Amino acid sequence: MNISNEEYGEIAKRVSPPSAMTKTIPMAFLIGGGICVLGEALLNMYAALGFSQDNSAALTSMTLIFLSALFTGLKLYDRIAQHAGAGTLVPITGFANSVVSPALDFKTEGFVLGLGAKMFTIAGPVLVYGISASIIYGIIYYIVKLF
Amino acid sequence: MDMFMEYVWAFIIGGLLCAVGQVLIDLTKLTPARILTSYVVAGVILGAIGVYEPLIELAGGGATVPLTGFGNLLAKGVREAVDENGLLGAFMGGFTSAAVGVSAAIFFGLIAALIFKPGTKINENP
Repeated sequence: MNISNEEYGEIAKRVSPPSAMTKTIPMAFLIGGGICVLGEALLNMYAALGFSQDNSAALTSMTLIFLSALFTGLKLYDRIAQHAGAGTLVPITGFANSVVSPALDFKTEGFVLGLGAKMFTIAGPVLVYGISASIIYGIIYYIVKLF
Repeated sequence: MDMFMEYVWAFIIGGLLCAVGQVLIDLTKLTPARILTSYVVAGVILGAIGVYEPLIELAGGGATVPLTGFGNLLAKGVREAVDENGLLGAFMGGFTSAAVGVSAAIFFGLIAALIFKPGTKINENP
């Protein structure tokens, strides 16, 4: 079997055990930081187009989520995530990926209980605990404001 | 603020928030679902005690793009809704402020799932 050095490197990388933290953490930092820089650029772009600060932030999230859905559909997001770890998980693109990926994978199990239900495998718990935490905060904030 | 430094801070703070997530994954074997959930709840708490807004002032996208920023957005929405509507606001603000992000994820997710074919999962450690 004739394989080039690059191909050998690829194979070795694929079969080697999970890389050490000396590699995973810098990768998460670099790629996660990169996605945030893209977000910052989008924020500035929408602000320059005349959108308010809140709307610029909303449009930035929308754009990043759109890109994540596209990259997940093209199977590129998971490929990047293999190297980035938390770098592609923690940004909002990771949340979008967690919605799109199971929706796509379980499409074969039907459009309602497959695509529709599995879409919330990870987004579901995120909303349950995120929204509940915000309601508890709202109640505490209301009570504190009374005094 | 200087344009260049804005991007540097976005990179550093955003990168650090992701690096913390990676440390948690490597050391505690927390699943991605737990990491995402923890980040959003942590964001709600950090937003509630008022430390997240200053971080956004400094890092912009570096603080709003990670999911802690989504949590902070929930806290901010609830605070504004309670100011306006009293106790009822506690049950309004979260969804109001999360509306765009969640709607976009659902809608673009549906479109992507309809257009693209399911493929072999490349990611072996989900």
